[in-house]
Formats: sequence, C-alpha cells, structure tokens
Amino acid sequence: MTPLLSVRDLRVGFGRDPQANEVVRGVSFDIADGETLAIVGESGSGKSVTALSINRLIDFGGGRITGGAMTLKRADGSLFDLTTAAEPQLRAIRGAEIGMIFQEPMTSLNPVLTIGTQIEESFRLHRGLTGRQATAAAKEALDRVRIPDAARRLKYTPNQLSGGMLQRVMIAIALACNPRLLIADEPTTALDVTVQAQIMALLAELKRETGMSVILITHDIGLVAGIADKVMVMQNGQAAEQGELSQILDRPRHPYTQHLLHAVPHFANGSATRVDGQRDRGESTEPALKVDGLVVRFPLKSNFFSRATGAVHAVDGVDFDLMPGETLAIVGESGSGKSTTAKAVLGLVRSTRGSFSVGSRKASAERSAKPVQMVFQNPYASLNPRLAIESILAEPVIANGGRMDSETRAKMASLLERVGLPVNSLQRYPHEFSGGQRQRLCIARALMLNPSVVVLDEAVSALDVSVQAKVLELLVELQREFGLAYLFISHDMAVVERIAHRIAVIYAGQIVEIGDAASVLSKPQHSYTKKLIAAVPTIDRRREHFEIDTRQVPSLVRPQGFEPAPARWERFGPDHRARVEA
Amino acid sequence: MRILRAIFGHGSGRIGGVIVGVYLLIAILGLVGLTPHNPITQFRVDRLHAPNGAYWMGTDLFGRDVASRLMAGIGQSFTVAFFSVAFATLAGTVLGLAAAWLGRRWDGVVMRIMDVLLAFPAILLALLIVTVAGPGTWTSVVAIGIVYTPIFTRVVRGPALSLKAREFVDAARTFGSSSSYIVTRHLLLNLVAPLTVQVTLALAWALLTEAGLSFLGLGTQPPAASLGLMLSDSRNLMETAPWLMIFPGLTIMISILGFNLLGDALRDILDPRMRRVPA
Repeated sequence: MTPLLSVRDLRVGFGRDPQANEVVRGVSFDIADGETLAIVGESGSGKSVTALSINRLIDFGGGRITGGAMTLKRADGSLFDLTTAAEPQLRAIRGAEIGMIFQEPMTSLNPVLTIGTQIEESFRLHRGLTGRQATAAAKEALDRVRIPDAARRLKYTPNQLSGGMLQRVMIAIALACNPRLLIADEPTTALDVTVQAQIMALLAELKRETGMSVILITHDIGLVAGIADKVMVMQNGQAAEQGELSQILDRPRHPYTQHLLHAVPHFANGSATRVDGQRDRGESTEPALKVDGLVVRFPLKSNFFSRATGAVHAVDGVDFDLMPGETLAIVGESGSGKSTTAKAVLGLVRSTRGSFSVGSRKASAERSAKPVQMVFQNPYASLNPRLAIESILAEPVIANGGRMDSETRAKMASLLERVGLPVNSLQRYPHEFSGGQRQRLCIARALMLNPSVVVLDEAVSALDVSVQAKVLELLVELQREFGLAYLFISHDMAVVERIAHRIAVIYAGQIVEIGDAASVLSKPQHSYTKKLIAAVPTIDRRREHFEIDTRQVPSLVRPQGFEPAPARWERFGPDHRARVEA
Repeated sequence: MRILRAIFGHGSGRIGGVIVGVYLLIAILGLVGLTPHNPITQFRVDRLHAPNGAYWMGTDLFGRDVASRLMAGIGQSFTVAFFSVAFATLAGTVLGLAAAWLGRRWDGVVMRIMDVLLAFPAILLALLIVTVAGPGTWTSVVAIGIVYTPIFTRVVRGPALSLKAREFVDAARTFGSSSSYIVTRHLLLNLVAPLTVQVTLALAWALLTEAGLSFLGLGTQPPAASLGLMLSDSRNLMETAPWLMIFPGLTIMISILGFNLLGDALRDILDPRMRRVPA
C-alpha cells in the first residue's frame, strides 16, 4: 500500500547558492494514513525546514529544494509530486490536503479580525461557503476543538482569548477542510505546561476522530511519548536516528538520542534530584536571603484622573528563606507571579509590603543590597549590543565606585575562564557569541560583585537541551565553589528537577506548596502541584489519555482594599508543607 | 572608514555620497572666498550676460557672477542647515531622552509641546519665529532648529522607551548603575544609528526651509548670496534671463536628492538586521 506521504532523500538549501548552504541534507521518511510522525531536534537541526518543505512554504522563506522527491497520495488516490508542483497547484493542496499549525498562536491570528471571521475565511476559500452557512461551519469547528460557548466566542478578537484557546482556534482553522495530513510545528512551545497537556490531548483525540496523519515537530522528546507512532531525531540537517516510538525511547542507539532522553524528567522516584548540600536542620546557619510577607500590587485606574478602583495582586504574601549554597526553585506558570517575586527581591519592582533580609544585614524593601545579583531569561536582550564584553563586565564594578584597574581586569579574565569562555572575548561584542555563551557572559557579569545570592530568572529556558545541560552543570559547579545561593525561577520541571534542592510552587501570586525537591516532585500534595507535575511530558507515560480541562486561571484583579485570607499550612514531612485548600 | 566603504558599496549611497561630497567642497570654497569672481562685485558693463567663458553661469541684473554667487549661496545655506540641524539634534535628543527616561508627567508635558510644534507646517512656524525675532542668519538657524526639534524628540523617545524596557537596562539597575550611565551607555549608544539617518534627512529639509525663508526675504539679507534669495531675484527675469532661475533651482534640487539618497543608504547600512560587524 502506498503511504500518504513519502519523502526520499530530501535536500533543502538557502540563499544564492542553495547547494552550498544546505540545511536539510538527505532526509527520508514515510507516513501512512492515520500515522503520527514526531520530528525531534534542537534549533538549527533542520526539523522546521523539513516540515515547511512538505507544503512548500519554504519557497517564501528563500529556500530551494535542491534534491530528493516528495510524493503525496491525494484523496482520490492519485499521486502528487510536491517537489516540482507549481504554486497554483500547491495552493489547492495547502489547507485542503495538508493543514498546518504554528508555534505562536498569539501572532498567527490577525488581531483586528474576530476569530469567527478568520475561521469562516478558511471555509469560504476551500469550500465556497458564505454567510450563515460559513458561520455555522465555524461554530461547528470551534465545538470540535472543545471551545466552550462557541457561538459567543466567534465574535471575540484574539486579544480576548488565552494562548491555549488561540492555539485551539488555530487547530480549528487548520482542520476546517479535513486535511489528511496535519503539520504541527512546535504547537505547544509557547504555552504553559498544563495548557500544553490539553492541546496534546486535543490533538490525539482529533486524530482518532478524523483518522488524519500528523507530523509533530518538537524540541522536547518527552512530548512525543504521548502521541507519536514513529520518531525521527534530527541533528545537523540529517536524521540521527529514526524508527518506531518504543524502539527510539527504550533502545536508543545514537548517542544524541540517548543524550536527549537523559534530559527528560523522571519524577516518580525522585532519584534524579540533587543530593549534595541537603538542608542542615541545625539552627545555627544564617539564611542568605529571607523574604517575609512579600506583597506586590499594581493599582488599576480606569483613567488618568480617577482613583484606583482595584489592584492586580501579582504577588500576595510570599515568604521563604534561602540558605547559602542552596537552590530554591520557584515554579509556576505564566502570570503566577514568579518573575515579579524575583524582580521585587532585586528592587526592579516596588513591593507594596514585606521585608527582605540579605545575609545578616537588613535591607529595605525598596532597594535590595548588591549581594543579590540576577541572570535574565533572554541572553539576546540582556547584553547591550553596542558595548564590548570588557565594558559589559566592568559595568557592575564601575557602578559601585570601582574603576578599570589591573585588579578588575584580572577578575574579568579569571571569571571568563571560569565560565568557559576564551580570554580574548573581552574585545568582542555580544553578537559574536551564541545563546549559551551569552548566558555564560551574563553569569560572569553577575559574579563580578561577589554576590551571595544569584536570582536566575528562567536563565536556561531560551537554550537548547544540550546547551542547557552544560550551563546547568556550570551553575552547580559555581555554586559549590563560591557557596552561592540560587533563587531559580522556572516553568520547566525537567530543569528544576536537576538543579533544585528545594521547590516552591507558586500559583496566583501565592506559594501553594514548598519543600525539599525530592518529596515535592515525588509526593505532591496540593492539587495544583499535582496537576502541574502530571502535565509534564515524560517518556514513561505512553499514549496516555489526558483529560481535557478548560478551567481558566483565576483573575488576579481584586477590588480596592481586598486582603486574602491568611494561609493555613499542612505539614507532610520535615521540610515539606502545602497550603490547605479552601 | 568602514562606514564610508559601506556607503560606496551601496547603490544609492554612492550617488548620494558623491553629490553631498561635491556640495560640501563647493560650500567650503564659497565660504572661504575661492570663487571665480567676487560674489558681490557688480560688473556693471556685463549685466544679464548669458553663460559664457568668463561667467560660467552668466550674470544677474546687477552684473554679479551667478556661479560665484551660487558657490557663496551654497556655503551660506549649508552653514544655516548644519547649525540648525545640530541645534535640533541636540535639543531633540535631550528632550526625547528626558521624556523617555523620566516618564510620567515629564513625558506628557514634553511630548504635548512637541505635538503643538508639529501641528504647524515647517515653513509657517519658521516664518513666525523669524518675524518675531527679526530676519538674519542666526535667527534662521534658531528658527529652523526649533522647527525640526520635535522630529528628533520623537525619533529618540520611541526607541529609548523600548530600550528602557530591555533586560540589559534592568540588569544595569541591579548593579546599581547611575541613571546618567544607563542613559548614555545603554540608551544613547544604541540610538546612534537612527539619529545618523535622521540627521542626513533633516539636512535636506533644513536646506529647503532655509531656501524658503530667504526666498520670502526673511533669511539671508542682500547683498549676501543665498539660494532662496537668488531664486526670488530671478522671478521677474524668467524669460529674459532663464539661467538666473535654472542654476539655483537645479542646485537646490540636486542637493536635496543627494541628502535623501545618502539618508536611505545609511538607513540600510545601519539597520542592525543588515549589519554583520559592530559599529
């Protein structure tokens, strides 16, 4: 039987000389009807280019197919050559036979048109439906992707819907014409982990209902376990390894696959968590950082002259302490208040209430002392592109009354060496470094002032898995060497599992569970923690039936003067407590 | 040096660069007095001569050499344009940075004033200022400078606001860097590219506005030469001595073209997305 799509020795190049600049170098695979192929790889591995070549969207990005063959079996059974087809023919294929969803639902939809109009457009173009018929079809499409209250939602514009909802709308549009192949390019990367689980569940369910084939492109090998039949691991434009799901996950042969699998979390036994420097229960040590009743609120004003009518309770009564040499991970989803907590500790956001003490000194809530330093999420935005590395590293010293003398230079050189960068980096500019190297530079900069606490705000989230592993290793080494305390803000449980001694789970501005990493991950107590951990894709759970949960995150907007009820805690271990749920 | 090479590697940059370069040379010659004849000497016997070997571009109603007056006029117009654009750049950058950095009320007040200034057509506002302050070279400089300040304020404020929200500014705050350090090293340094482009384009507008003011008799005062003044003088002799109008007119047109081409080229060259090596 002929496969739905057959790709043979596909080669794709870019630029004026596509032969010389090949990004995809000889990839072959087949997909049968109803089958799911997952393409896994890091950025630059050629996985997206491969997928975009299938519906020839690559032509618009300046790419050229330089070799190989792609054959699609059309609905009527005839074979269609995708490599040589002309643009008008391809337009008939796109949408109707091959649907596509992209990574960023927020930017894939037109912000000034209602979602109803945008779904109807697809029906209008491919099926010639108009007016009431199109509206009815659009409502049906929304129902199909399990959006509650579909008729009313059709009149919404994209800004009124959450990221998860928007991705469902994108899926609804992609499925409007019942394509027989759906290409999903990192469909959940921009979404929170619990939302990701829902979208994956939806895709799996729709696949069962319609019998379509899916190509899922992802950087997260953990994600493929739940949905894929076949897996292809890509590296440097070639397939490092491909085969059946169980073969790849259980008996990986290529070292790169093994490396990727190693980075996937295994919460159940709590074995992968760090065992060094467990918290000493002795009362003698002074915490490096102690936060007491931190509250951050942003007043809401309806216009310039009126008084505040309410406030966004971004952080609502957070307290924790951090010992020297310890890592406390603050985990939560977007909008939970984890980054605001970090910024308040550093004085970048004014806290409404609460106190910090750093080391033995008591710092005011307004301005934290220099012993706390920060590494930011985006390595591309946190270094001034116009300054040489020398000036960037010297800035913290100069800002604190130091000067550019031999001592400062020696410190810069030794820190650069310590974070694994060549000493000649000093004369270079940020754009000459890769993302991982930039993050090392940020770490070196943060260490220039000999801090005792380093706040790492999603510090490795923007990096590829293999780079991530090396930066995490560096962080652990530096922690041992300098006795640093880390406040590690992250949404990524796999990373947290590898670096945290203790974990605080934050939800809607409040800590709901805090304790040592092993017990929080293996025996979560609060319902939100359980949900969060259950949503993390792991390779142990194959083809599991995720439940579709359409609950929305509660609004953090409260009327003026609202105070939350004081928290009641329940203990579950020597260092593990969870908030009692109402 | 590298930027010059980049300009000459760019199609329209090459043309614009050559035009602007030649004009600069003529302007300097005109200013130091290295002209074929004295621009204000009246050769009474040679009045309204068509272009010939002695007077390359003919003579005017008073027997003055048009080519020499053109060179002096270019020198005069360029002086006004350069000083007024320098004024506008300085004032606009300071105001724009202040508005972006201080925010809140400062931002509101500064930007509303700029909106008011922008609401007037450039030449009308310049006319108003000159009428109040009295005509002359330096009042033209200030008037044209004030007219173009709002454009620079806007060009600076927008990117400065977005730079202010970048993580490297947050990072600088966590080290305790002073405001002046952040504003100069993190904001201003990143604004050099858009400012350079804006300066080039503003020079073209300033030249045009200066010509307009002189044309209306409110800029450079006779007998000194200026492009606008020469055009104005030629109006009644358009048919008997067309060279009086053609040469100053072409001069203005080509100079504006040159600055615009150069500005477009600089915009391409300094665009960070096109850049491969740091400036």
